[in-house]
Amino acid sequence: MLTCPSCEILVHEDDGFCEGCGYQLLPRRSQPRDHVEVDLGSVGGITNRGLHHYRNEDALGVVGYTFGFRRGIAAVVCDGISNSPRPDVAAQTAADVGSEVLVQHLEAGFRPDFATQAAVASAGRAVAALATSADDAPACTYVSAVVAPDSVTVGWLGDSRAYWLATNESARSMVLTEDDTLLNHLSESGEMTREEAQRQPQAGALVKWLGADATDIQPRIVSFGPGTPGAVLICSDGLWNYLPQAETLAAAVPDAAKAPMAAARTLVNIALDAGGHDNVTVVVIPFPSEGVHRR
Amino acid sequence: MNAESGFTLKVSQNKFLVGGAREVNAVVTVESTGLDDGPGQAPATEAVEVIILDTSASMEWPILKIVAARQAAMKAVDNLRDGVSFAVIAGNHLASMVYPRGEHTVEANWSTKIEAKAALGGLITSGGTAMGTWLQLADRLFAPHKDAIRHAILLTDGKNEHETPEQFGETLAKVAGRFVCDCRGIGTDWEPDELRRVSSALLGTVDIIPDPNDLEADFRAMTEHAMNKSVADVGLRIWRPQAARLKFVKQVLPTVEDLTHLGVESGRLIRDFPTGSWGNESRDYHICIEVPPGEVGQEMRAGWVRLVTSGDAPEVLASANILAEWTDEERFYTQIDAQVAHYTGQQELANVIQAGLHAKRAGDLDTATTRFGRAVALARQTGNEATAALLDKVVDVIDYESGTVRLKSMVEKVDEMSLDTRSTRTVRTRKE
Repeated sequence: MLTCPSCEILVHEDDGFCEGCGYQLLPRRSQPRDHVEVDLGSVGGITNRGLHHYRNEDALGVVGYTFGFRRGIAAVVCDGISNSPRPDVAAQTAADVGSEVLVQHLEAGFRPDFATQAAVASAGRAVAALATSADDAPACTYVSAVVAPDSVTVGWLGDSRAYWLATNESARSMVLTEDDTLLNHLSESGEMTREEAQRQPQAGALVKWLGADATDIQPRIVSFGPGTPGAVLICSDGLWNYLPQAETLAAAVPDAAKAPMAAARTLVNIALDAGGHDNVTVVVIPFPSEGVHRR
Repeated sequence: MNAESGFTLKVSQNKFLVGGAREVNAVVTVESTGLDDGPGQAPATEAVEVIILDTSASMEWPILKIVAARQAAMKAVDNLRDGVSFAVIAGNHLASMVYPRGEHTVEANWSTKIEAKAALGGLITSGGTAMGTWLQLADRLFAPHKDAIRHAILLTDGKNEHETPEQFGETLAKVAGRFVCDCRGIGTDWEPDELRRVSSALLGTVDIIPDPNDLEADFRAMTEHAMNKSVADVGLRIWRPQAARLKFVKQVLPTVEDLTHLGVESGRLIRDFPTGSWGNESRDYHICIEVPPGEVGQEMRAGWVRLVTSGDAPEVLASANILAEWTDEERFYTQIDAQVAHYTGQQELANVIQAGLHAKRAGDLDTATTRFGRAVALARQTGNEATAALLDKVVDVIDYESGTVRLKSMVEKVDEMSLDTRSTRTVRTRKE
């Protein structure tokens, strides 16, 4: 016998519902992906269900790699596309396969941009394989970052973003990616001005994603060598919808390069405090990376 | 699910509700399989069959009616499985035994069947019509057979003129659920509403037999159907949460039958609804429960449905949950379950046909036209071809999609009555 937490009558445990008020005897079963933290010391990542969604359809993958004396960090963030079936599975699959293939290539000595390209291709195949037909194609966005001792490489499809957060106040923070949305696509192709494109009803719709129904899974890849210390942030739109500006993000977590996990927590809390309307995922990787010390 | 009992219970619903919403809808499919294996093998359960024939004066003309009724009843007697208890009742403004003479049933065998047929041959017509008295006699005949499968066939050709609607209503309330009664109206001088009241209270079917020559085949089909039943008095036992209300319980397949008023409180927060006897078959029920509104993230059992046998120690044959979970995620709560949507359409179809018929009888032809128009569109949307064919005899369809129709200038009474009697028949969704 136990007491129902909702109506406080004594009930048999039986099959988990109160015999009086009907409510579940246990509060809503929390799901394993409601809140996931990855803390490797030199890199911190969090994915959170947010406050309004029924499940977490974001996913992350974070790994350290070693090639000779070079150590670095590779991370992937994916956001399942809500109007596709099983978006949570798509995101988790892409994040798992993407980070795994990244580390394999990096540890075999491939250049970060080549590893990024290979990882997207593998992740794309894995997500496409989840479809049972053209009408049943799970889909997700993809953004990855490879932070090496001397370079940062990001690759992406969709609207999950990467930012450079400069520690030094005189250096500039910036967004490293450009969303694959209809708005950007139309204005860049010269078909219409940005103002005209903005008035399109589906301006925010994605033009690129991973999934069996995707026509183009060629990622855009950017590599650069930051001259100053800082941190790379990759995140889903659950964060950047609230804080789109690189400077604002950098100002919110001034110690991102020193305490990445704390910075990740701060950013997730900002999103939740602002309403937490979507799933939110962030990974903070300090530069220059010292990799992960293996035990 | 309980495979051993031969019964399964399946719930189809979208459990997600928008925060603050109260109404939970589900379609429950009850299916029984493997109840009696092998043809000709008698089910272990005892069965009692009572045949009630209208012998009022009107049955005499045209002469074919009483002749056909006698022959159909004889065929029904022939169809009885040996060992089944049976009796034949003649009904006019009173009810009397045709066979056996005394007020009891006898076991069907070679000689009792011959005696019964002889008695039917001598049947004469006279007097008026008081169906309540017929049902009361049938009820007395069934009374000693509490655990048996109890089935009656009632055949009439006229209106219930020799008792008041109140008297009739009292009788129906008294015998409701005590046996299953299939009703047949012969000719076009009877009242579909009256027979529907009988079949609804007694969990049976109602149909029109326009041509007396078809009676024999119909009686044979009914007795065969009754002989295939092997579990008597199955009940739907529905638990609801405190402060919740069972808004309605309706059978929606094979016909629409509102069972709500037949529910009997059988325990704390529990109500039992009779479903009659079962052979190997499948029926669908639409259950609607109004629960206290929950908060986003909460999950509740809004209904616990069990299929139970009757008696002092009821056995649970199968059970399933109807759930509710509140969410503010639009793509979850906006989805309407396909089965719920389909049967909501079928219920509306039956309702608009009745509304159309009533309006037509009252001379309100504009209302009748719009109601029948809506019915034509619904019949098409829900794939109910049989009902669409019945409607075709009453209206000229101008456009099926929009339900634009014109009332036919000349409608045979038999077609209008067929639409009236058969409009509660439903179909399953085309794609499940």
